[in-house]
Parts: sequence; structure tokens; C-alpha cells
Amino acid sequence: MRAEKNNIFYGIDWILVILYVVLVGFGWMNIYAATTTDNSSSLLDLSTRYGKQLLWIILCIPLIIIILFFNSKFYEKFATILYLIGILSLIGLFLFGKNINGAQSWYGFGSASLQPSEFAKAFTALAIAKLLSDRQYNLKLIKNQIKAFIVIFLPAVLIALQPDLGSVLVYLAFFFVLNREGLTLNYIIIGSLAIVLFLLTLLFNAPTIIIAFFIILSIILLYFLKKNKGYLKFNWHKIIGLYLVAGLYIFSSGYIFNNVFEQHQRDRFEILLGLSKDTKKIGYNTNQSIQAISSGGGFGKGFLQGERTQGNFVPEQDTDYIFSAVGEEWGFVGSAFVIILFMLLLYRIIYLAETHKNKFGRIYGYGLASILFFHVVINIGMVIQLLPTVGIPLPFFSYGGSSLWGFTLLLFIFIKLDANKSYDL
Amino acid sequence: MKRSFLLYIFITIAGLILIGRLFQLQVIQGADLDPNRNAAVKVIYDYPERGYIYDRNGKLLVANQLSYDVMVVPNEVTPLDTIELCKLLKIDKDYFIRKYKTAQRYSPWLPSVFLKQLAKEDFAFLQEKLHKFKGFYIQKRNIRDYPVSSAANVLGYISEVNELDAKNNPNFQQGELIGTSGVEKSYDSILRGVKGKKFLHRNRLNKIIGKYKEGSEDTLAVNGQDISLTIDGELQRYGELLMSGKRGGIVAIEPKTGEILALISTPTYNPNMMVGRQRSKNSVILMDEDNLDKPTFDRALKAEYPPGSPFKLINALIGLQEGVIDSDFGTYCYGGYRYGNKESDFQKCHCNIFGGPIKLNRAISKSCNSYFSTTYRKIIDNASTPSKGMDIWSNHVKSFGLGNYLGYDLPVGSPGLIPTGKFYDDNNKFSWGATTTISNAIGQGEISTTPIQLANVTAAIANKGYFYTPHILKKANGKNINNPKFTIPKKTTIDSKHYDPIIEGMHTVFKTGTGKLSKVNGIDIVGKTGTSENFTIINGIRTQLDDHSILVAFAPKDDPKIAIAVFVENGGYGSTIAAPITSLLIEKYLNKKITGNNRKWIENSMINLSLQHIYDQKEIILKTAFKD
Repeated sequence: MRAEKNNIFYGIDWILVILYVVLVGFGWMNIYAATTTDNSSSLLDLSTRYGKQLLWIILCIPLIIIILFFNSKFYEKFATILYLIGILSLIGLFLFGKNINGAQSWYGFGSASLQPSEFAKAFTALAIAKLLSDRQYNLKLIKNQIKAFIVIFLPAVLIALQPDLGSVLVYLAFFFVLNREGLTLNYIIIGSLAIVLFLLTLLFNAPTIIIAFFIILSIILLYFLKKNKGYLKFNWHKIIGLYLVAGLYIFSSGYIFNNVFEQHQRDRFEILLGLSKDTKKIGYNTNQSIQAISSGGGFGKGFLQGERTQGNFVPEQDTDYIFSAVGEEWGFVGSAFVIILFMLLLYRIIYLAETHKNKFGRIYGYGLASILFFHVVINIGMVIQLLPTVGIPLPFFSYGGSSLWGFTLLLFIFIKLDANKSYDL
Repeated sequence: MKRSFLLYIFITIAGLILIGRLFQLQVIQGADLDPNRNAAVKVIYDYPERGYIYDRNGKLLVANQLSYDVMVVPNEVTPLDTIELCKLLKIDKDYFIRKYKTAQRYSPWLPSVFLKQLAKEDFAFLQEKLHKFKGFYIQKRNIRDYPVSSAANVLGYISEVNELDAKNNPNFQQGELIGTSGVEKSYDSILRGVKGKKFLHRNRLNKIIGKYKEGSEDTLAVNGQDISLTIDGELQRYGELLMSGKRGGIVAIEPKTGEILALISTPTYNPNMMVGRQRSKNSVILMDEDNLDKPTFDRALKAEYPPGSPFKLINALIGLQEGVIDSDFGTYCYGGYRYGNKESDFQKCHCNIFGGPIKLNRAISKSCNSYFSTTYRKIIDNASTPSKGMDIWSNHVKSFGLGNYLGYDLPVGSPGLIPTGKFYDDNNKFSWGATTTISNAIGQGEISTTPIQLANVTAAIANKGYFYTPHILKKANGKNINNPKFTIPKKTTIDSKHYDPIIEGMHTVFKTGTGKLSKVNGIDIVGKTGTSENFTIINGIRTQLDDHSILVAFAPKDDPKIAIAVFVENGGYGSTIAAPITSLLIEKYLNKKITGNNRKWIENSMINLSLQHIYDQKEIILKTAFKD
């Protein structure tokens, strides 16, 4: 028993590890395809991107061993401190950060650079798990809700200021965690409704949407009214209030779009919604990405055979647009395979999280699953033009050491918590 | 519902949406595997050599020559001695800078033409020196070469495909050479061959990074096929020589086959003008709208002239066919034909026959207007209304291939005009009849024809009632062409027997009639002279210009080998210019040479005869008129 406990691999979930290895391995093959040139030589040639990425992957092994080396209790105890370290590293960026592409999100170490926001996600997940797993904690109380919101939004605001709005979106994933732990679903429903209304207002115009919204809402209300006469009897002021708030929101969303959004953000929305047909300037990436993916067809062109991938037609293909390389060279079969891998990974994490008797492990597992889910959906959705262009990486796939290590850290802390779950009570 | 299900459901829905979208993109829209349309594939074309063109006797008319272009790839250029290069290429510094910038703008990675079509002697010299200048190299190209400088309009020329054509036809690339006129256009698909394609893989900067699919889809070029024309190169050249200084068109046809032996339009130009560095300069001169010479306008195919007297033959044939006259029918001529009561209702005649009656043979040989006007009137009046009579007449005329495009295998032409009853019904407010359209009797009035149409009529007369659609292609790739369009005879509506008296009449023309001065010993020429009046509208007034000199003929009488139509613009009487030229062409074609001092003298005087002074006058009249 004791000996087993000292073995750092004892109890870990090999299915997760295998999924991780397959995703990272396949991801690297696609980075290789996207960045190789005819005259590049060794796989570990550090002047190439695939060479560097291979080094980051190899360096994951000691990282994993270190993560597994600590006892799961360590993560629970030091969650707050790790969170504070993460916050400090984000604040430090404003003083010592390196500016790349207009965002001050990196610490430079010689030629390498580190992006603390990739690690902040893991620390936030730990902190939320710590907060919510407190026996005294009850999410029904507004006070406690606010506490949780602060833990989530503090790093999000700091990242927003860099500015790196894409990464901020990911923090919304924690609402799934809060919901799982008792927060009312209304936040997610209202949030989703707000997004849908916002997009509809852009597509059509405010008056149309207001009228349509009022009609639909009225039908729903009438339906409830008939079904259960007492239910809405004394709530006319609430209903009128709802009409007013929704109407104001729809009117103001046009204003926000035109006056608060930056031009490049407006462009991204307009391209997504088909309001603008630009394929040369701002829409170039998306257009090239779509071309590459659809040219892959059902079975793809084969490894290193995608002429658009080999010809570097898709900008940022090794980072945010890595999925287009999968689409071109491996076709529908390969792309669907990747999505199914991610789905299996997420199912497995949630399944394992639900088996935890310890609240901390379960909440952390939910945080992990939600973050991964957001990353995968937003990234792939953007690459296949279902969502506006948002620059966040595809977990385990996209080129970049910080992102790879960040996700490895997130995943393996959970694997460690999971390995030790039978001891905790 | 357990709260844990929410995320499961979200993951499943999102996963299915993503997979569904991928299915739509990759399976439904699917892969467009055509490498020609793939942005990542660069197609390099290997242009085959264009086929040669020969005449009917195997004489080479069009060949190819090598031309040398200096190319530049800007990214490969290293610092160089600009002044030395400019000296070498015989260009100035401005040209260098301009061309270099254009090339850079087009693509720094791809070759652009820097200097077109070097002279051969420059090439030999440059080849030794150019290696010093990295990024510059010489590329060979095939361009046309014309060993014989005649038949320019027949042969036509080739041009680079422009941006618009390239867009409309995906088989053509901009800058590719394609036939744009003459035979080069008609038989472009045979001559051009099939270009080879090499697919290269390029990146988004247009830099070539390897072969596409290891070259598995590359194709080789197939050379163009040689063709032989029905043209007799020597006859063509000789005809152009005889027409020097004169505007007009000559068409010679072999009646037994419909093969075009000569297709002469003058003034012509040396086809070598449309090749090489001077091409653009020359084409501006040749296509100048203000130049009434219009050398690129093919008069033999396109110019519509009133046919004049040769048209009387057709009227006589219709008269015989309709039974309104027979070979014994005779008229009197009083220096003209009176068709109405007014002073002006009189058609003059120059047949100078007093007494009579004038019968068909004499009427043809002396070209008597009165006879044919009477005949025409009988044809029209034979029906219940003038309109019906005109339709009967018109259908007969059209059966000779007049009044519409002939259907030959050259890209340009004109329909000419043969009026119908409806034509006059639409254009006349008042009633009309045979007398108001009496000019049709003598090939004037509304009628207009092209030289090739009239040559075809002559061939039909020589064949006594049928013709083969004229054509210019004899062989492709050494094999005879068997195109049913050109091998099935077309019948006229006139019975074969009616041709004999006409041919006899035409024979008399060259024995004792209007063509007697042009007879050739040993050759029975059968023909008809014509002098066609022509008018232009100047300031709303119909103004008469100098007459066109016309002649149609075939020979020998009993075994027709050549049928010919000659139009000389503003050449006066048919007997003075068109007749000698016709006889010389016939003699040349049948005997291969001109014999006898008298004939040689005629040959010389025709070659030296220039009508330029008349054309200059005409130009002054027209130009002053349009200035006002």
C-alpha cells in the first residue's frame, strides 16, 4: 500500500494519458506539415518551429513527473497561493512584459518567451475548486456568488487589459462549474440569449428583432398563463420590465457594435455573418482556412501532401489555424477523428470527476473540462467559420510552449487528483 | 435532471455541430481536385510549334522562325553594371527602369519579358555576354515566318490572347498565340496543336517549392498539324502583281471541286509586317481607319459591289427557266430602253447595235441593256403581282449562292443583297413594279455581291447548274479533307440545258464581243464583262463615282478548270482592265506562262497601270464632303 502510494504512476487514468499522447503526437505531425520546408533537416532543428515544438513536448515529461510527484493534498492546500502567484505574474506583465503583436502578454527569456495567461487558467481552476469545496460555502447566497465571480474575473480583467480578449472568453467557461455546484441556470440562459439577440440584431435591424422578440415572448407567456393561471398572476410589472430591458438591450447592441467595438472586431463579426464578402484583407485568414479544409475532401490529401498547407497559404497555420492543416491533409475522416478525440477526452474527464467523493477534485475536473471545451469549440468554430475570429489556441495542437505546458499542467493536476481520489475523504 | 448532464449535452451538441459543418465543407462541397484552379499549383505551359501552311502544289507559304526574348527574374538579379547592359541590349536607361519595375510589380519570383524579339545577330553576341548579368536570360519563342510575301489576308495572322478572351475561355492563357484572322483563325485548332502542362507546387509568395504530385499530372505538348491550302501560290502572287496600284478583289475557283485557287484583295501588305518587333507599329498603319486603301480589309470576301453586267447572265437563265424567253427571242435597241412615259424613264445602252432583232447570243456578247431589261420585265410581270414575281426571281438568284453568306471556311464575309418582294413592299410607300426596279436587270440597283459570290456564280455556270461551296483547306496533316459541306454539290434552280446558249454567248464575248482584245490563243475563254456604276451619298446627294471594272470568266470552255471573278474599283470599263487581268490569270494558270509579245505587253501595262490618281481624287471628294 505504502509502496504503491510512493509510485508516482499509481492510480493514474491511462485512458486520459493515451488520449493526451495521441492528441499531442498528432498535433505535432500537423505542426511539422505546416512548418516544414524542403531544405529542413533534423527533427530537432531548433531553428524550425516543429523542432522547437518537439523540444517543448519532450520537456513536458519532466513537467508531468513533477506534477505527479506532489501529493494531491498539495494542490488543495496551495491552491490559493498558486492563484496569487498567477495573479502576480499577470500584474507583472504590465511592468516587465514583452509586447508581441500589440499585446503585452509575454515574459521574454532570451529568444524564448512565456505566456502566464496560459498557466493562470489552471491556477484559477484550482482557486475556484478550493473556494467552492469549502463546507461552509453555499452558492445560493449572493455574497458567495460575488466571491466566486471575483476569483474568476480578476485574472480575466488582467488578461483583458493586455489586451488578449480571446483568452478572456475562456473564463466564461467557469459558469459551467458554478452551475454544476448549484448556481442557477439563469446566468447561462440570459447570457446565451444576449449573444443570440446581439447577433440577430446585427443580421437584421433593431425594430424587426424587437417586434419578433415581443411576439415570441408573448406567445410563451400566454402559453404559461393558460397552463397555470396563478403562476404569472401578479407579475405584470416583471413582464413589462422584461420587455423594456430586452428592448433597450436590442437597441443598444447596435450602438455598442458601432461605437464600443474596434474596427477589426466589427470586421470579424461581419465576415462571419456574411455581411461582408472580403476575402483579401481581414477575411483572408478565414477564407484561406476554409479553402484548405474543404480541399481536403473526405479522406484528405495525405500527410505532407496538402499543397495549401505546404505552400503556407493559411497564415498562422501552425498556431491558431492548425486545424486547417488537419482538414486539408487528413480530410473529413481526420478532422472528425480529432473532434471525437476531444469529445472522448471531455466525456472521460467529466465521468471521472463525477466519481470523486472529494468536492475539490470534482470541481477542478469540471473547471478543466469547461476550459478545454471552450478552447476547442471557439478555436475550431473560428477555423471553420462558425464563430468570429478569436485568437485562442487549440489545446495540445497549436504551436507554442506556454499553451502546451499550460494545458499539460491543467490535465495532469487532474490526473493526479484522480489518482489519489480513493485516499481522500 | 442531474446537473452533470448539462455539460455532457453541450459537448455532444457542439461536437455534432462541428462535425456537421466539416461534413458540409469537406464532403458536400467536396474537394476541387482540378489543379488548374488550385491556387497552390502553378501551371507552366509548353507551347508546341504551330503547323506550317502549304499551297496546293506543296509550296511553303507559312513557316516558323525562332525569336529571342530577354527575360528577367527580379529576385535573382544581383548588382550589375546597368550602363553596360543597356549598351548590350541597345536600350536606354529609362526603358531599363520602367521594364524592371513592371517585372518587379508582376512578380519578383517569376520571369517577365524584358526585351522582346531580339534581332538574330544581337542574339549570338548577347548569349556570350549575358551570363554576367544574373537574373537575365534569353528565351526562345516560335513566331511566324512567311517565305512568300503574298496572300496576307488569306493567311491571316496570329495574336496574343488578351485578358478578356482569356477570361471568357478557360482553355486560353493570356499572352498565348492564337489565330485572329484568315486561315490562321479558321483552322486555328488544327494549326495550334495541344499545349503541354507542367504542374508546379508554389507557396503563397508565388515561389515554386517543388513539383505537384511528382509531376504525375503533367502532359506533353503535341505539335500543331501542317495544312495545305487550295490556293495556288504562284497564281496568287501573280494576281497580286497584276493588281498593283489598283484596289479590288479577285477570286479564282476550280469549278469541279469548289477549291479556291486564288483569293486576291488589293492593296495588300507583306505578311511579315505582322511579325516581330515592328508589328505593333505596322498594325497601327495597316488598320488605320482613315486610310482608304484598307489593306487588312479583304475585298475579295467582304466588299459588296453592284455586280453589273455579269448579272445579266443570271437574268437570262431565269428568263429561260421561267419560259418568258427562248433562244430565238429578240428585241430592238434604240440606244437604250424606255420603260415609262417620263423623259427620265430611259435606260441608256452602249451595245451600239442598230437594227435587229437582237437575240440572246448577241445580247450577251454586246451586253445589251435593252434585251435584259425586257427579259427582267417579263420575269416580274409573269406572276400575278410584282411582289410574287420578285419572289420567284429572287429565289432563282439566291440558288446561285447570292444574297447570303456562302458558307466557305474563312472567317469573314458579307451576305450581299438580293431583294425580295417584301423588300420593296417595306421600302416603297407607293406601288412598285418591274419598271421601278428595272436596274436589277443589269446588275445595278439594290443588288450587291462580293467577288467570291460572283466567282461562285461563274463556277455554277461552268458546271451547268451546280456548284461546290468554295473552300480553302485541301489537306490537314497530309490527308485530304473530306468535309461533306464542301463535297456535296449545290444545285441551282435552273435546268442544265439552259446553260448552253448562255455559255455560247459568253464564248462570243471573248471571240468578237466586249472581251475580244483579251483573247488568248489556244484557250477558249468564256466570260462576261461588266462596268458597274457606283454611288456615294455626299451631303444627302447621290453622287456618282468612277465605275468599277468587272469581269467573270471560266476556261477552257469544254473542260472548265478555272472560274474567276475580277473587280477593279473605279477601273472604268470591264473590257479595259478587268478583261486583260482575267485573261492573263487564266493563261498563267493553264499554261504556266505568258507567251507572245502582245500578251507580254498587256501583262506589263497591267502591272504598271496605277489608278492611284483616281483614288486620290475620290479621297479628296469624300474627305471634303465629311468635313462640311
